Amino acid sequence: MSEQATQEQTDERIEIVSFAIGEQAFCLDIGHVLEIRGWTSTTTLPHAPDYVVGMMNLRGAVLPVIDLSMRLGLGKTIPESRHVIIIAHIDEKSVGFLVDAVSNIITVNTDEIKATPEVSSSRTAAFIRGVYTLDDTIVRAIDVHQIMPQEAMSAA
Amino acid sequence: MMSDLRDMFFEECDDLLEVLSTGLEELQNETSDAETINSMFRSVHSIKGGAGAFGLDRLIKFAHAFENVLDDLRSNKLEVDGTITALMFSGFDHLNDLVDAARDDNDLPESDGAAVLAELKQTTQNANGLSGDEEEDANEVDSDDFVVQAMDFGLDLGGDDDTPADLPGLPSLGGDAVEGAMLFVVTFKAEPVLYTRGHDPALLFRALGEMGDLSIEADREAVAPLESLKDAPAAISWTLTLRPDDGIDESAIREIFEFVEGQCVLQISEVAAETPAGEAPTTEAECEAPEPAPVAEAAPAAAPTKAKSKDKSPPAKAPKAEKQEAKGGDGGKKSSEPRNSTIRVDLNRVDRLINLVGELVISEAMLRQSMNELPVSANSAVSEAIGQLKTLSGVLQESVMAIRAQPVRGLFQRMSRIVRESSRQAGKTSRLVMVGEATEVDKTVTERLVEPLTHMIRNSVDHGLEKPEDRVAAGKPEMGTIKLEAAHRSGRVVISLSDDGAGVNRPKVRQKAEEKGLIRPEDDLTDSDIDNLLFRAGFSTADEISQLSGRGVGMDVVRSEIQALGGRINLQSEPNKGTTITISLPLTLAVMEGMLIEVAGESLVVPTVALRETLQPGQANIHDFCDGDRGLSVNDSMLPIVDLGEALGFRPPLPDFSNQSLLLIEGESGRRSALAVDGIVEQREVVIKGLEHNYQSIPGIAAATILGNGKIALIVDTDQMIPSPGNGNTGLLKGSDMAEVNSYV
Repeated sequence: MSEQATQEQTDERIEIVSFAIGEQAFCLDIGHVLEIRGWTSTTTLPHAPDYVVGMMNLRGAVLPVIDLSMRLGLGKTIPESRHVIIIAHIDEKSVGFLVDAVSNIITVNTDEIKATPEVSSSRTAAFIRGVYTLDDTIVRAIDVHQIMPQEAMSAA
Repeated sequence: MMSDLRDMFFEECDDLLEVLSTGLEELQNETSDAETINSMFRSVHSIKGGAGAFGLDRLIKFAHAFENVLDDLRSNKLEVDGTITALMFSGFDHLNDLVDAARDDNDLPESDGAAVLAELKQTTQNANGLSGDEEEDANEVDSDDFVVQAMDFGLDLGGDDDTPADLPGLPSLGGDAVEGAMLFVVTFKAEPVLYTRGHDPALLFRALGEMGDLSIEADREAVAPLESLKDAPAAISWTLTLRPDDGIDESAIREIFEFVEGQCVLQISEVAAETPAGEAPTTEAECEAPEPAPVAEAAPAAAPTKAKSKDKSPPAKAPKAEKQEAKGGDGGKKSSEPRNSTIRVDLNRVDRLINLVGELVISEAMLRQSMNELPVSANSAVSEAIGQLKTLSGVLQESVMAIRAQPVRGLFQRMSRIVRESSRQAGKTSRLVMVGEATEVDKTVTERLVEPLTHMIRNSVDHGLEKPEDRVAAGKPEMGTIKLEAAHRSGRVVISLSDDGAGVNRPKVRQKAEEKGLIRPEDDLTDSDIDNLLFRAGFSTADEISQLSGRGVGMDVVRSEIQALGGRINLQSEPNKGTTITISLPLTLAVMEGMLIEVAGESLVVPTVALRETLQPGQANIHDFCDGDRGLSVNDSMLPIVDLGEALGFRPPLPDFSNQSLLLIEGESGRRSALAVDGIVEQREVVIKGLEHNYQSIPGIAAATILGNGKIALIVDTDQMIPSPGNGNTGLLKGSDMAEVNSYV
């Protein structure tokens, strides 16, 4: 949320990676994205929040995979080979986001972002920091800092 | 270049201060011997020497005063007593401050340490009966001494070479001369032909040095000035004084010079050693001989006809030249005692190596796994080679990890200062007892322990120990004891800090916690629960906020720092007996032996260190208790059984364990339990991958590892799988409760 304020003050062009979860389009600042991989199996974690799929091995590094759909309240993903993991680096941590598909890399102006509608879902308010309108699609910008697993807290 | 040298100097200072600190501890604990003072003297002296090279005047001055006191001690002009020890501790602290200030290019306030300095000087003067104006220029003294250090031959000169030539009335060097023994005095002057035939006096002298204590004096009278040096005959002559070892006689000495017979003027005479004074000038001359650039100056003089300067530089100097080259010209601060030779390496390089080796071990395991999947007919030579590869990569990994391991001594010694300072500020007397300082721990771990330990020690002094009068009233010695102990236990490092104070005041803690709303009045808490309230955020029981501790940011910060290191902290207290805080830490982010097991379709690893026994299905003698609890009878005792799959939330409780294998584990506390698992796969070495770096700590799980097939297996935290007695819960459940509580406060 505070991110939104600071982002609006700067008028610069950035690249975003847009991806799909179900019928919805979302995006991340490309600066956070390290790489995009196909689905690989993960190791289940005990006592983990439901949106943490498990831990994956990325060339010797162990990192958590987050089911973004579950995290955003869009239902649990049953991962199969067509799913994609976006490896991102956020707040000094590496994390994998499980999504349906990566659509595009788009250049946008940071001032093109529009405020998230004031809906009742606290999840929307917390995790979506704004929307871009591209052609006739609405692309939801994820607040990466909020979306990370919070220490010992459940999704709800 | 200069800054490199400077860095090196300060790194050495750390080592030297450590030696000094060790010596002080020995003095305090009365476990010191003659060598203690000598090594302390050498440390301070070397610091002074290095400081001289960098023009750190204040440090020089102070080190000089300090050194003089130590010198008086080793020449028995002063006796070690409580006052002196206390003075030296203050001196040590100030020396530390000065080194730190110099390192950071700070200037300490002029008044800092002035009292200590004055006291040190006064002590020396009293001991020597001197008046203040005989105080010499520390700078000048230094440049002499510090060169002497560098040109040491690596022979044991009993520290004599260190003796500053500036203290009149000092019984010079006689200190450890063996009365009545014979000395050989050898005078040696090489003819030019000796050099042209490729002989090197330095080698001869070194051979001589192996026969006993040798001191060498070079006479450079005849050396022509540099500008007129060309083609001059060899001009230096030497007087060598040897205090021979047993069984060395004149003929043995002559043997050394046999090869150069006729190429030199050699005289050997035997004198009685009663005259230590005769030795003194020898050493003194040695002090004066070397100049900052001895090779350049002296080599042409000694070896006018040869091109290779190093080999033919005059013997008294050759070793220095070599030493300087070998050490990269670090200013010659090396102490004269033989030390393990070390190199200093950037930690990042070591870490990169460790990571690479970790990857290598994983690849090796993957290779081995794919080999196993091949038909058995596969070439046996290949599998043999792979076996060798496994052994080698294991050894490689072990060796690499050992690079990072460091004894906790340095850390403990820093703490000793904290104890002194906090005691002073709190108006208490206390001493620090250290046990197991040699325990080796990963460097990162020791570094990150400094802050939490400092805080814990301040707490112990401030809150743990009673005021002196209260202690006497309670029938305890007035001086409080704080014990810092390190040990390796079950593959972890356990560091415990105990005091012999009043213990945790539980009614007061409880009352405070209720006031702060941390607990409710009706909550039923065990003693240990109350004790551990101290780790909750925003808790402080000190009635008045003291300068030292008690600002409410306290033990909770300590706890979170320990947890960040993958450690656990636990407090035990007994009224009027004292409090013990135990920290248990992983040894390293390294490798360990583990048992690969399967539970609910997941592969998990149980650390072998905790493992005592394994039981196959059907072997176990299982008994049911209330609430589905089950016990296992082993050798007449009953152990609780923990269903791992249930404890980790992988599946609902099993109705019966008849198809389960059981692992008997033993925790740090010595308590045991049995883990019920679906199957035991194999024992193997695993590379520990922390979970906190990219995620967070997980209750019941210590870390993760990567298996041969690239899959991740979680490593079980066995300690959390052992139920607490009477609590009904496994440590695991308690742990997750704690974590939850934590996130809300």
